[in-house]
Amino acid sequence: MNTILKVEGLKKYYDIRGGLLQRVVGHVKAVDGISFEIKSGSTFGLVGESGCGKTTVGRTLLRLHSNNGGKVIFDGKDMFALSNKELRAIRPELQIIFQDPYSSLSPKMPVGEIIGEAVREHKLVPEKELRNYVMQIMRECGLQDHHIDRYPHEFSGGQRQRICIARAVALKPKVIICDEPVSALDVSVQAQIINLLMDLQKERGLSYVFISHDLSVVEHISDEVGVMYLGNLVEKAPKKEIFKNPMHPYTKSLFSAIPTPDPTVKMNRIVLEGDIPSPANPPAGCKFHTRCRDCMEICKTVAPEYKCHDNDHYVACHKYE
Amino acid sequence: MAQENINLEKVVTPGQLVMKRFLRNKLAIFGVGILIAMFIFSFLGPMFSPYGEYTIFYHATDGVEFSTENLQGYDPAGTGVKIANKQFPSSLHWFGTDKDGRDIFTRLMYGGRISLTIGFVVVLFQLGLGVTLGGIAGYFGGKVDNLIMRLVDIMYCLPSLPIMLIISSLLLSYDVPQDKKIYWLTLVMGIMGWASVARLVRGQILSLREQEFMVATEATGIHPSRRIAKHLVPNVMPQLIVVATMGMGGVILTEAAYSYLGIGVPFPYASWGNMVNVVKDPIILREYIFMWLPPGIFILTTVLGFNFVGDGLRDAFDPKMKR
Amino acid sequence: MGDRAVQKEAKKRMREIAKSNRAIVKKFEDEKKRKHVPKLEYQTEMHNPNNILEIDNLHTYFYTDMGTVKSVNGVTLEIPQGKTVALVGESGCGKSVTSLSIMKLVRGPSGQITNGQIRYNRPTGPIDIVKTPISQMQDIRGNEISMIFQEPMTSLNPVFRIGSQIDEAIMIHRPDIKKSEVKKQTIKMLELVGIARAEGIYKSFPHELSGGMRQRVMIAMSLCCNPRLIIADEPTTALDVTIQAQVLELLRDLKTKIDASILLITHDLGVVAEMADFVVVMYAGKIVEQGTAIDVFLNPQHPYTMGLIKSKPVVNQEVDRLYSIPGQVPNPVHLPNHCFFKDRCDKCIECCSGDIPELRQIGQSHKVACHLYDEEEA
Repeated sequence: MNTILKVEGLKKYYDIRGGLLQRVVGHVKAVDGISFEIKSGSTFGLVGESGCGKTTVGRTLLRLHSNNGGKVIFDGKDMFALSNKELRAIRPELQIIFQDPYSSLSPKMPVGEIIGEAVREHKLVPEKELRNYVMQIMRECGLQDHHIDRYPHEFSGGQRQRICIARAVALKPKVIICDEPVSALDVSVQAQIINLLMDLQKERGLSYVFISHDLSVVEHISDEVGVMYLGNLVEKAPKKEIFKNPMHPYTKSLFSAIPTPDPTVKMNRIVLEGDIPSPANPPAGCKFHTRCRDCMEICKTVAPEYKCHDNDHYVACHKYE
Repeated sequence: MAQENINLEKVVTPGQLVMKRFLRNKLAIFGVGILIAMFIFSFLGPMFSPYGEYTIFYHATDGVEFSTENLQGYDPAGTGVKIANKQFPSSLHWFGTDKDGRDIFTRLMYGGRISLTIGFVVVLFQLGLGVTLGGIAGYFGGKVDNLIMRLVDIMYCLPSLPIMLIISSLLLSYDVPQDKKIYWLTLVMGIMGWASVARLVRGQILSLREQEFMVATEATGIHPSRRIAKHLVPNVMPQLIVVATMGMGGVILTEAAYSYLGIGVPFPYASWGNMVNVVKDPIILREYIFMWLPPGIFILTTVLGFNFVGDGLRDAFDPKMKR
Repeated sequence: MGDRAVQKEAKKRMREIAKSNRAIVKKFEDEKKRKHVPKLEYQTEMHNPNNILEIDNLHTYFYTDMGTVKSVNGVTLEIPQGKTVALVGESGCGKSVTSLSIMKLVRGPSGQITNGQIRYNRPTGPIDIVKTPISQMQDIRGNEISMIFQEPMTSLNPVFRIGSQIDEAIMIHRPDIKKSEVKKQTIKMLELVGIARAEGIYKSFPHELSGGMRQRVMIAMSLCCNPRLIIADEPTTALDVTIQAQVLELLRDLKTKIDASILLITHDLGVVAEMADFVVVMYAGKIVEQGTAIDVFLNPQHPYTMGLIKSKPVVNQEVDRLYSIPGQVPNPVHLPNHCFFKDRCDKCIECCSGDIPELRQIGQSHKVACHLYDEEEA
């Protein structure tokens, strides 16, 4: 399998402005140098709590905003070296699905137009066949033909998410970034959408970056999982490996915090103390040391290196040095 | 027909829902009624009026009333002929005549024409300017945004009344003809008023730009011009309609104020504002209420009508605003 | 049928609906406006004195322009003293409306409790909340029954300090506490919910706190009057997993400390399994299954409950394909007159097209509303 998307030391800082003249007084390091790669046809799961920068990663990958260093190599092309025109031409191949199915559809447009708009823009199919093509994609995504002239407000959350998926898939993408695509949906609908995503992957050989805070969903859909904390990847490994043998203390506590739907199992929880520190002012050394149980002296001063252990298992923690 | 199978939610469009909410608002319907009445009165009324806008009435020595349009064989410059001014309301002149001997009721119609037309033109002008500049500021952001918004701030700081006074004396000193002054008035009022529209549009676009459907259009690589025309503008429309309606009332009021001060619509043109102007004369104020009260009431009801409709539209577009 | 005809029919229908709604709503609103309701009218008897709350055949309808939405359509449940009852269901199933009905906070005039009883075991004698006038309810809300909301961000007033907001709540609901003692009480409450720097938090503004902290403050606020029943409406949905774990731990801890009952409303089965003694599963305004947590999770009987449990992936349990319940929730305006779940059910049998199934006892505390379990009676 070849690598379709490669991220090298990606950084994205947001300016903090302050004072009377709105000068830049600091940076929020939303993404602070993360690297991973995705093989064609596989799924990379990105997990983390809110504010850890996972959504920013998704959007920076698409170059929806600038970066502050690092590279994104998509299909052999450096995303940040493309001109605006080249970028627009490559856009269809790299798509995104959002969390909120309500705000991600233009309320004043019929569904057929929402899905077909970009197809027409990029001339992917001849104008004559556009309507048929849109219907075919809609069928593939579990929508019915007569939905094509309806408006988004007539649909339920799950159906709207199907429309979003159809919009992305209609452009024949290679990679789809799924930014919490099921978090806003009901459990029974979640399962439908996850199944749909997995079916589409099989049929079309898509690759996904699956961003979520829901570990059980990520475990189900991913081939490889990366755990983010305050803008850094702290651990990355193939799914089976990371769930069987989590190494980083943060990963461990994250996994133990998932409630299991079984009242007889009383879990042995590692409850983390305190909250996530502000990303504008992260702790020195290892960013996790303020909440870590196994915090050592060295953790408070030196940031641990992100290193490969056996079986493709990358960890950034002093415990394993 | 399968009665039970009609799914109202699927059949009823959002437009119909807005309409329904609007129609339920009694005050708004009342406002619509006022406005329709005013439009009929001002635009269709003159066709039924036997008099013209500038027709002056005279009393001949034998008491016969004649006018510049219908001399009936009399000569206005003849001896003993008096201008039939300040007449009390009668069957001939429903609201009497003004101090120059013109029929007030007819002039109210023509005044309404001018006031409403100025309102429309000025609001269109403000919208055009405001939407363009606000749209540019909101969409492109950064330095452009900063520049336009500072311009807006400056516009807010300019005192409109002194500027109108200066412009009026400028027009006077350059001998601009009376009928051209109206165009100048609309132009200046349009330029003075776009700032608030621009601010609103910019705010709306800034919040829309963060919406995920806008990000999606960028991610699918749709051209910026299409993104603005197809995605942004339709979503700002409701707010614009509300602002435009409310703005009409405001413009009519401003125009009335300028005309009252004598720097707006010039004589001999009628406008509701310059008809109220006569109230400056204490004798007219005390003795001839019929000369200044009707135009005043017309201004009041029209502005009220626009505000009722604007409020109704806002509540209809955004039900959350209510209560 | 042409589009035109449909439009015309729709307009006619909407007018009819609006007209009938006005009449119905007026009737209920007039009832609410009545002053000086004699106490006898809302006094009642508990069926089981060990229960803190008994809901009996509750119906809460919303009279909208699109027709009547039967949000809660005959719910019967009881909350025993000192136990946690979880109300589970997907969005729109009526679980939140049930909780708002208990507080009598259903948004009028369109929303009305049309039928049923909510018997609340007040220390001064049991009352029926449905008939209780609003003036009485104000004494109960926050005092005896308190509520924790999903959005800790919007439930706190952003312009006041945390301390003064809790102080105010205490002063309103606890006139017995002296003014000088109020602050001490507030700090005690903050410490109770596990806030370490209580003094510091007392002086902070809501925006300075994180989501988990705010939820703790909300919990502290709802606890400050020693409530007998806490209604927690999706208390952890807006929080991260690690923070959710903290808050759940806190709630469990508090329940034993202050001996209150909790009505937990959530869609997250994992949370339910950890917290609840009894589980009530709702679907389209009706209860489809209820029982102890062990009954419902280990021995689910209703196809909907089974589907819900199966459709959630579980960590460390591999499945190739997730089970998913096909179709979607029926339109709440046009509910069918057979079992509401029939069209999505994979165990559908003949009699499912018949009457709507009633809740029936299938175990000691286990009830289910499904025709699959009819045979014992026939």
